[in-house]
Parts: sequence; C-alpha cells; structure tokens
Amino acid sequence: MSAASTQTRFLDTMLGRGLMLFAAMFVLVVVVGITQGAASLSLILVQATAFALIALGLNIQWGYGGLFNFAIMGFLMVGGASTVFLSYPVNPDFWNSDGPMMLGRALAAFVIGVALVMLARRADRIGIRGKWKTALVVLAWFAGYIIYRTQIDPAAAYIESTAGFVGGLGLHPMLGWAFGGLVSAVIAYFIGKISLGLRTDYLAIATIGISEILRALIKNMDWLTRGTMTVSPMPWPTPLPQALQAQGFSIPDSFVFARLSFLVVAVIVLAVAFVLVQRAYGAPWGRMMRAIRDNHISAGSMGKDVTGRQLELFIFGSVLMGIGGAILSTFTQIFDPSGFQPINHTFMLWVMVIVGGAGNNWGVVLGAFLIYIVWVISDPVAQLIFLNLSALGENLGWGAIPEISSRALQARVFVLGVVITLALRYAPRGLLPEVVRRG
Amino acid sequence: MDELIFFINRVLISGTVLGSIYALGAIGVTLIFGILRFAHFAHGDMMTLGAFISFLLATALAAAGIILPLPMGFVVLPVAMVITAILALGIDKGFYAPLRSRGAKPVTLLIASIGVTLMMQGLIRLVFGTSTQTMYVAGETKDIFRFDMAWAGGSRPISVTEPQLIMFVVTAILVLALHLFLTRSRLGKAMRAMSDNAPLAQVSGINTALVVRVTWIIAGALACVAGTMLALDVALMPDLAFNIVLPIFAAAIVGGLGHTYGAIVGGFLIAFAETLAVFNWTAVLRPLNGILPEGMALPANLALVPTEYKLTVAFVILVVTLLVRPTGIFKGASS
Repeated sequence: MSAASTQTRFLDTMLGRGLMLFAAMFVLVVVVGITQGAASLSLILVQATAFALIALGLNIQWGYGGLFNFAIMGFLMVGGASTVFLSYPVNPDFWNSDGPMMLGRALAAFVIGVALVMLARRADRIGIRGKWKTALVVLAWFAGYIIYRTQIDPAAAYIESTAGFVGGLGLHPMLGWAFGGLVSAVIAYFIGKISLGLRTDYLAIATIGISEILRALIKNMDWLTRGTMTVSPMPWPTPLPQALQAQGFSIPDSFVFARLSFLVVAVIVLAVAFVLVQRAYGAPWGRMMRAIRDNHISAGSMGKDVTGRQLELFIFGSVLMGIGGAILSTFTQIFDPSGFQPINHTFMLWVMVIVGGAGNNWGVVLGAFLIYIVWVISDPVAQLIFLNLSALGENLGWGAIPEISSRALQARVFVLGVVITLALRYAPRGLLPEVVRRG
Repeated sequence: MDELIFFINRVLISGTVLGSIYALGAIGVTLIFGILRFAHFAHGDMMTLGAFISFLLATALAAAGIILPLPMGFVVLPVAMVITAILALGIDKGFYAPLRSRGAKPVTLLIASIGVTLMMQGLIRLVFGTSTQTMYVAGETKDIFRFDMAWAGGSRPISVTEPQLIMFVVTAILVLALHLFLTRSRLGKAMRAMSDNAPLAQVSGINTALVVRVTWIIAGALACVAGTMLALDVALMPDLAFNIVLPIFAAAIVGGLGHTYGAIVGGFLIAFAETLAVFNWTAVLRPLNGILPEGMALPANLALVPTEYKLTVAFVILVVTLLVRPTGIFKGASS
C-alpha cells in the first residue's frame, strides 16, 4: 500500500473535522447576528455559554462515567435559588422580625428529626432487629416529619405574611455562583448516595423523580425562594445596562456592552472549567473513570471503588450544573421557579451532549452552542413559515392560521425532538466523537 | 354519616378514577419494558395523542349532527384506539425498530423515546395550540349522578360523574379482557414467556416480531383509553402527558416492571397514596371535637402533605421503592 492512500485527508481527521464544524458554527453565529441584531446575539451567546458549562457537567457524568442524570433541571434550580439567597439584597423586614428565631426552631426540629432517624437505625445495638427495627425506622421518619412540620409551617406562614421572604445576603453575584456550585455539590452527594446503586433506566427515572421533588420544594417554599411570585431584579457581576445608560451610552449600545461584559465573565468561567475538565480527562483519573464506564465489573475486580468514583463524577458534574444555573438566573435577572421545565432544562442538555459527542469536551461545547442557537432560531423561522402558509391559506380562501406566535414557539420543541432522533440514528456518537486511543 | 360520605366522595371515588388511569398507562409501560427492555418515556404523550384523536373524531361526529346520549368522546373511543395503535406501530417502525436492528443499547432507546416525546409534544401544540379544550363538543354537559343517602342518615349525596362511571366500567372490562388474552390465547402466553425470559422464548420458536407488534397495539390502545378518560374527567390540554407520565412510571416500578398485574396494583396504590396524603383528615375526625378535652381541638387542616405537593407523593414512593425493593412488589424484570 502506498503512503498516499494511507494518508487521510485533513478534513477527515478529528482536528480538521472540529475546525470545520466550529467554523460552520461561527458562520451561523454571524448569520444570527446579522438577522437578529447585536443585542439579541449577545443575549443568545451568554445563555449558550452558560448551557455549555452545564453540558460540560453532564459530559463529566454521562460522557466520562456513563451515569444517567435526568435531574439537571433540579440542579439548575438549586443553583439559581442559592445565588438568590447569597446575592439578593438584604431584607431588613425579615431580620428585624421573629422570623430568624422561628426558622432557628424549625432547624432545631429538623436536627431532632434527623437524630431520631439515626438513632432508630442503630436500634440493633439494643437488641431490636429485623422487622421491628424497620418498623422503628419508619416510625422515626414519621415522627421526625411531624416534628419538623409543626415548626416549619407556622414559621413559613409568619414569614410569608410579615416579611414576604427571607431575602438575600447582599454579597457579590460571583460568590452566589460559587455558592450555587457548593449547594449543588451537597445535594448531589445525597442524591448520588441514595440512587447511584441503580442502573440505567432505573437511575434515569429515579433522578427525574428527584428533580421534580426539588422543583416542587423550591416552587412552594415561598418563605425561602418566594415561589411563584419570583425574585427580581438580581444583581449582575458586571455593570447593568441602566448603569451604562447613566454614564451616557445610548440605550441599544448599553445593552450590547453590558451583555458583552457579562459574556466575558461567563466565557472565563467556561474556559477555566473546560481546561480543568479536559485535563482531568487525560489524567489517570479520567482513564480510570472510562475504565469504570466501559466495564464496571472488571474495573471493580481490579480494585477500583466503583460507586465511590461514580459519586465523585456525579458531584463534580453537578457543581458545574449548579454554577451554570446560577449564571442563567443572574443573567435573566429573575428567578422564576415556574420557568423551569424538564424540556428546556434537562432534555435540551442531553440533546446538546449527544449531538455534540459524549465524552469529547470540544464536541460538547460545540453541541451546546449549536443546539442552543437552533433552539432559539426555530421560533422565528417557524413563525416565518407559518406567516407565509397563513397568507397562502388566506389567498386560497381557507382563512388565516390563528395564534401564530404561540404556536411557532412550540416548533422549538419539535425541532429538538427531530434533531435528537436523527442524531441517534445517523450519528450515534455525535458530531465530534470521543477519541478512543488504542495501543 | 356525612363524614363517611365525604370520605367516599373525596378519597374512594377520586382515588379509583386516578387509579384506573394510572393502571391503564402503567400496563403499557410495563408491557413495553417487559418485551423491549426499555423505559418508554413517550408513553404519556401517546396518551395525550390518543385524547386528541378522540377529540378530533368527536368534533367531526358532532359537526355531522350526530347526537347520542353518551359523551361523544366516549362513543368514538374504539376508533380512536385503533388509530392510536396504528400510530404506535408507526412510531416503533420509524424510530425504535432501526435502533433495535442496529443492536443499540436500551439506554439509546430511552433517549430516543425522549426525542419522540419532544416531537409529539411539539407537534400536538403546533397543531392544536396550547390552550385547554373541552372534550364535551356540541354543547354536551357532564352529567352528575347523585345517590341520596338519606336512608342511612346522610344529609349529602354520594356523587359520581358520568365519565367516572363509564371509566370504572371500561377499565374493568379492559383489564378482564387483557387478563383473558394473556392467560388463554397463544399469543398472550407467548408475550408472557418473552417478558419472563426473552432469549429462551426466542429459541423456543416464538415469533418475536409479532409479539413486539402486539405489544405496541395493546400499549397504544390502552394509552388512548387512559388519555381520553382523563380528558373527559378533567380537561383536554397539551401538557396532559408530562404531569402524569412520572406517576405512571412510579406505578409500573412499584408493581414491578414487566409485570402486568403489578402495574394495575401499582396504579391504584399510587393513586390512593396521593389522594390519602392530601386528604384533610379533620373533615372526617370532626365529631371527635366533642369528645376531646378543651384546648385539644383539631386544627383546620390535618392533611399529611400540603396539596401543592400531591404529585411529590408519587415520586417519593417511586424513589423509596427503587431504593428498598427495585424489582417492585411482584419482582419485575431488570434491564
């Protein structure tokens, strides 16, 4: 065989393919910028950056470790709620009322409940075993729940009627992001601890159930998160458009510059996360994770602590999701628990990772930007198609299509479904597949 | 006596209604898992799709000027079931069969079913809009039957609506028919064999392709019934599906995935757990106020869980089941 025939063309190599796809995406961004204007484009880019960060988190879990996490929406909400708590201005009405004391009592009741359960779980030490122990544990859970409810219900009602909600601590938004990551890590630890023993489908269903539980909690804990009444405006880490306007920028310019400076901050966070995640992939740690993913039984027999390592992955991934959720909430300046939907905040990220290429960080970032842009532009494109169809229908005497704008919005979901089914069928490993080194 | 009537109206009847819907959906989920070994996420949307097909047929009939004593949405049910079953077959052929023949993992099929969910949700909303519609086309009304309980000393009646009564009857008939099919017919036995042990069933000469087709037909038809019934009982809306697909999975898992009777038991279990958890016990225990000492009066609301957390009950049961006994009550299959 001659040397020429073994040599692959540049565009067939991974690097060439990547460069080509990123160039194509750049063209798409330019087209969106020309048609939608700079203000919209900067908005799309900031949100796409946050989604890329979240997608990197999912890539750690699914791409590196093969873990099924359908609780992404839950972590985004946790990140958003945490950043509200840390960076929203202080609410003096709450701190000057009896609220903090009542919350303290509720916390004490919670601790008592946890202690009861812990004690019941150790009942075998005093000779209570088997069914009796199970009954005791269930009873302890029930008693703990009742004790907690007797304290938290009046506290919640009191805070909601007097101060509205607890408000925030008024710290810098970036600290809020970090706190979002931290709280996500803690919650991920517990979720992982209880559910990582489950396999594939079961893990998916369990995590989606947990995500819905988190949503129900955040949506209904009005005293903490203000629930459906929403919290706004959230402070930005960079100057807001209004501040720039005060300095003499014109209104359109102020939006573009404010969003661009936010974009710079978000891109720095993404870049730092990317470098860390990429290095971890190449390191022995990443190799071990892939070994566990590809065959957890043999990895376990080689002495790797499979569940422990998977818990690590789950926590690391969730931290990125929490930070991403915090960035999204900060950027939109509103924390609205009703705005979180599994379609937009869980399934879309799965589409990003699968279409981009699970296991390949470059692919995942590409997928995140690509899918987010497709998601955003499906609406105006569908609207355009509908308007033309409607005009055609009117000309033919069929009448116009009603509610075009609300219907066109639904085209996003449809397009997302089409993209993922096509990708699974024709490019199951993604646009930029994971590079498997052999030998 | 009034307290008992209140309990019957609020818990027994609504629990049975919800249980029937969950059970019909969970049977489909469990059959698909038993035969094809993946969690079919798009099942909720198949229910919504079935409901919208019934809606279309009912509207067409009403437009044709046909008026019957029964709700139109119910009259068209057999036809709607056939159409939904055909669509279910089409979805399998278009989206799942190619992946299966490539030998894709169950995980891939699960993600594909999420893609199908998204497509169906998008399409339904594109076509029918996002607003809530009523299944009672042509000005029909929802009849309410009131059983006077004066003979037993009750001042309020036990009330059941017409769709609820129809639902009890239809669910009973369908479950019985399914039971007979699974235990008496050759094909039903083949399905059970394949659900128990797929490789063994294949080597003993069972027509796998046929079993898969029958599975989709049954699952699609039952999903159509459940969706239509729910729409008749409450209202027809495009997000009918997602609110209900997780309780249905909970029901199927609690019963043991792959186990048909488990799905029925699980459906009623989840439904009654939900209803009982948000039920305000004060309403029933109020007579105790006369006995209890001063200062120990019952609070106005003695529900175990606030109403906003109703759906959470199903998820908590789901998660606890998965942790304590992942194979469910009836030892279901695993992927």
